[in-house]
Amino acid sequence: MDELFAQAWTVARKDLLLEFRTRTAIVSTVVFTALVLTVFNFGRDPTAVPTIDLAPTILWVTFTFAAMLALNRAFQLELENQALEGLLVSPLNRTSLYWGKLIANLVFVAVVEAVGLPLFVLFFDVPVGRVLVPLIGVIALATLGFVAVGTLFSALVIRTRFAELLLVVILLPFLVPPLIGAVQITAQLLGGRPLSEAVGYFKLLAAYDIVFVSLASFLFRFTVDE
Amino acid sequence: MLSVEGLRHTFGEGGGQVVALDGVSFTLMPGQALAIFGPNGAGKTTLLKVLAGLIRPQAGSVQVTGGRRAIGWIGHQSHLYEHLTVRENLLFWASLYGVPAARRGPRAAEVLGRLGMRDRADRPVWSLSRGLAQRAAIAKALIHDPSVLLLDEPFTGLDLAAAAELRALLGELRGGGGGAAGRVVVLATHNVDEGVELATDVAFQRHGRFVHFAPRGGREPAGIAEAYRRAVTDG
Repeated sequence: MDELFAQAWTVARKDLLLEFRTRTAIVSTVVFTALVLTVFNFGRDPTAVPTIDLAPTILWVTFTFAAMLALNRAFQLELENQALEGLLVSPLNRTSLYWGKLIANLVFVAVVEAVGLPLFVLFFDVPVGRVLVPLIGVIALATLGFVAVGTLFSALVIRTRFAELLLVVILLPFLVPPLIGAVQITAQLLGGRPLSEAVGYFKLLAAYDIVFVSLASFLFRFTVDE
Repeated sequence: MLSVEGLRHTFGEGGGQVVALDGVSFTLMPGQALAIFGPNGAGKTTLLKVLAGLIRPQAGSVQVTGGRRAIGWIGHQSHLYEHLTVRENLLFWASLYGVPAARRGPRAAEVLGRLGMRDRADRPVWSLSRGLAQRAAIAKALIHDPSVLLLDEPFTGLDLAAAAELRALLGELRGGGGGAAGRVVVLATHNVDEGVELATDVAFQRHGRFVHFAPRGGREPAGIAEAYRRAVTDG
């Protein structure tokens, strides 16, 4: 088990170092996040629908599409000089490869969300101070689910034509359950409702994470081996 | 040791089925180098991918002493990350191959020194010429001191001087002289002039089959080239 984690960390560290060196994907994704929030900010009529009603949906639509941009790059890195072939020839455990990509993607998406959340608060003037901790908890739970499934699917489509489009098409249906849960909890938190009302959705997110991290860890080898 | 028995593999189905491997068997001991010559589509790359564990054959078996950790692979591409330095790439691959942390740095320095790249160790891969990048790819393949080297068209894109240098290096890596155990080397190429000097054994592959497999003996490259031309054009 130690070797599994050590190999996963080796892969994650390499991915993060590559991203740190190039910064192209992270900068593009952060700019995309800011642009989407800006468009929503100016593209709504605050007199027609109260901001507080729209804000949860805007937050999660933004995070979902930003995460998809991030997930597209996960295996693109490995196409350079056919590095993926090198990884598959090596004794690297396939589960370690998946976990390594998962860790790197989580860090990547977390950075984007860390920039996106303050921008969201700034643009929509929503009261997050009181509910910041549970809100971060929801974001963490939903992000883990998104990224777990997205990492699996990004490996699945990487050798196909139109991989970026295909990823969106096959991933979105799988993101509906955590998206519903995340939007509902966020709406309740921002609406000042007691946290106990959201327990069911928290359970949904946690169950989704457990099921899909486990399932993706098991299925990943079938997506990369010929 | 590398032992292969009855490999068979096809791609596609029905009328479009392509036989990539058809009953390939051989055994190589340390110090032996098998050069596999064949036209494009003969199944050479499929064979190497099967040997490397990238493709699971539909029939037959491959046994490598030391398992996957014993294999070094040099393919069409370098497997190197362009935005990491040569040293960072080597340390990454050393880690994946289970080289102990304390040994990785010295081992990388040793391999880079052997390939004459010590002064380029801290340059990003994207800044290297094709020849230097190929040397970096060889360094990557050697970082874990493999006992089996698989080479798929390793001379592609190299100029004459770089190709000659690579041939000399591969001969040295094969070893086997002076009582040293040496390595098993399997080289696949469509060009007989490339790598024949390195070979102790020669195979001609066509439609997935070895139509010729024999020790090179004292045969000259020109004689092997003529035999190859006949083997792949007859029948």
